[in-house]
Amino acid sequence: MKIEETEKEIIEEFEIFGDDWEAKYEHLIDLGRSLPLIKEEFKTEERIIKGCQSRVWLNSELRDSKVFFTADADAIITKGMVALMVRVLSEQKPEDIVKAKLEFVDTVGLKEHLSPTRANGLVSMINKMKADALAFIK
Amino acid sequence: MKDLKNIRDQFPVLNQKINGYDLVYFDNGATSQKPLSVIESISNYYKASNANIHRGVHTLSRTATELFEKARKTVADHFKVKNDQQIIFTAGTTDSINLVVNGLSKNYLQKGDEIILSSYEHHSNILAWQLWAEENGGKLKVIPLLEDQSLDYSKLEELINQKTKLIAIAHVSNTLGVITDLEKIKVLAKKNNIAVLVDGAQSAPHMPVDLEKLDVDFFVCSAHKMYGPTGIGVLYLSEKWLKDLQVSKPGGGTIKTVTFEKTEYAENALRFEPGTPHIAGAIGFAAAIDFMNAVGMQTIFEHEHELVQYAQQKMSEIPEVIVYGKSNNKAGVISFNVKNNHPFDVGTLMDKYGIAVRTGHHCTQPLMQCLNIQGTVRISFAIYNTKSEVDFFIEKLKKVITMLN
Ligand SMILES: Cc1ncc(COP(=O)(O)O)c(C=O)c1O
Repeated sequence: MKIEETEKEIIEEFEIFGDDWEAKYEHLIDLGRSLPLIKEEFKTEERIIKGCQSRVWLNSELRDSKVFFTADADAIITKGMVALMVRVLSEQKPEDIVKAKLEFVDTVGLKEHLSPTRANGLVSMINKMKADALAFIK
Repeated sequence: MKDLKNIRDQFPVLNQKINGYDLVYFDNGATSQKPLSVIESISNYYKASNANIHRGVHTLSRTATELFEKARKTVADHFKVKNDQQIIFTAGTTDSINLVVNGLSKNYLQKGDEIILSSYEHHSNILAWQLWAEENGGKLKVIPLLEDQSLDYSKLEELINQKTKLIAIAHVSNTLGVITDLEKIKVLAKKNNIAVLVDGAQSAPHMPVDLEKLDVDFFVCSAHKMYGPTGIGVLYLSEKWLKDLQVSKPGGGTIKTVTFEKTEYAENALRFEPGTPHIAGAIGFAAAIDFMNAVGMQTIFEHEHELVQYAQQKMSEIPEVIVYGKSNNKAGVISFNVKNNHPFDVGTLMDKYGIAVRTGHHCTQPLMQCLNIQGTVRISFAIYNTKSEVDFFIEKLKKVITMLN
């Protein structure tokens, strides 16, 4: 599936909640809970994305010209957001990852997680995902 | 208790919805909201009296100087300091501490000297000392915590030796709300001829502080946590240190005479206030102090204490909640965690209900290490908070716990 297609799928998945933010967050929490995202051995100090209240770990690998992301976070809401990002960006070509605008975050009403003051590491994680993808192009 | 409704009406910012809910502002430990009287004093100053102060011959400059110096007097009176020159205006608590460390390092602190801190110091009362220690082979020693997260004063005496020069300690812990027993500290400090710096950032907003009675060497606080503006705070110096503290931040306004060879510094507070000060800030700060005194510091303390007791009682009925700082001697702050949940998740969902709390390490990472936790959720009160806000908070906390588990 292409990046935009996954984004569309997520938008539809969240549409049923309408304005009910509680339901939306419960879904996000479920997403976070359902995913063991990263191998324990990868949860190392070096893989922590620093400077965030919630610790986020990210691992990137290139296989068959596609980037495979695995990640984890210690806060469940952050983990839900991380799960969404991994779902959208993993197993994609590095070029497409670098270009991805990720507008679905705004559309589904979770834009607050991208604000620089959220201190939840999501922005740093997206930057890291793109930087890793860029490094695979070179 | 004075008319609370009337008090809330003086804070326009409180009257708003967040995400469809009435704002509940429980982040007063970080900064308090400002009453109209403070906002207007600043705006009036810029509208009617703005000029640079000191040495101006024109009328506006004289007015501005008078307002600024009157603000100093207001602060001095508030803290029961007879000589208002012992009140230095700084940019805030952090700035005040830096001024003390850098001044003391010029003639009081020697290579290899030792400073005693507590386990619950704010980074602002650690880093400047640490930097000094690293550069001078100095040493920081720490008063440990007891089970109930108050300080183990019985250990203080063993930390003191010939090289101990100063004890720097928070009056109230910004993370736990625990009030420090300064009497116990002072007795040992006096006996061993050690200077004492009290970080009053979290006491000055919440309880009466009488600096004459307190009788310490240095006391520091920030206006913005006391219903006043950001960017201004206090460094109180004892009579001795007003004379002996060395200038570490020189500049215009601090002098008597200057030649290219030698400068003679002013003997009063101005010595420590280089450059154009935060004049509007000082005026706003004075208005904030007038506001607090109109309510009464004792009233503020009792009101917030009642809220703390009330909230802690309700929280103790929720089995998933762990409260830190079990001592009953607390001012205005409660730190807690929900078992098996990250403070960030609790804070994020609370915000969705319009409740402003703080999450994380609260600039007290060494304390987090002592408690062996990543962070906490902190609620902190001000005079405008109410029991019904606490009720709403408790109701939503229970909801958040169900959502997360
Ligand atoms: C105990 C304590 N000390 C120091 C500070 C630093 O104050 P400021 O940021 O106003 O300089 C704070 C504020 O968070 C505090 O609570």
